[in-house]
Amino acid sequence: MSWRASSGLRSWLTQRLTALYIVVFLIVFAFVWGGQTITFESWRAWVAHPAANIALLLFVFALLVHAWIGGRDVVIDYVKSASTRYVLLIVFALGLSIMGLWTLRILLLAGME
Amino acid sequence: MSATDNRPVFLNLLRIRQPVMAVVSIFHRISGVLMILSLPGLVYLLNLSLADQAGFTQVAGLLTSPALKILAVLFCWALAHHILAGIRFILLDFDLGIERDAARKTAWLVHAGALVVSAVLAALIFGVSL
Repeated sequence: MSWRASSGLRSWLTQRLTALYIVVFLIVFAFVWGGQTITFESWRAWVAHPAANIALLLFVFALLVHAWIGGRDVVIDYVKSASTRYVLLIVFALGLSIMGLWTLRILLLAGME
Repeated sequence: MSATDNRPVFLNLLRIRQPVMAVVSIFHRISGVLMILSLPGLVYLLNLSLADQAGFTQVAGLLTSPALKILAVLFCWALAHHILAGIRFILLDFDLGIERDAARKTAWLVHAGALVVSAVLAALIFGVSL
């Protein structure tokens, strides 16, 4: 299968792999923090820990990829006009990129403590 | 004019009684879009909570407001429904529960499960002792 012909299958697989990581992360997160009183110090220390920091960065990456594929499908399915669709997808991609860079900054700053 | 000329030329989805499986599918999309729209707010809260003690206290304060609690419950519903429906879709990918009766049953399970999970989380969020 060519790269182009396999793009649907690739999206399908990516959507499921990112979903898996997101759910596993959320379960671990709930186990770590469930029933605990969160303080600023414990929260910050946890985010700064290398393992949690990398897991969080991966989580944000998986989330944004997942959101992009899902949101893109929704836009393509419901927005018929090619130009509106194009503008919406660009705004969406820009928005997700900004979210990603902003979170990257937050996590790296917290991780440098 | 024959009777067939009166056929509708387009389908108004709102006027068709959708099977429960279709409702799971559309809720999966709605919940996904809702969570995407909440991303800026979540990143803002994350930033504030990690900035300094004052920011963390501010986030904790924000989360005590009834309006944000309602939004949080709505978010919990979206997340629960999205994950449960997602698991159902993956099982369907593997031909599990693909028969109509089973598919209908699991579709109801997704709706019910999402309501149960969000009810429990709502109780926690609003501080009701379980």
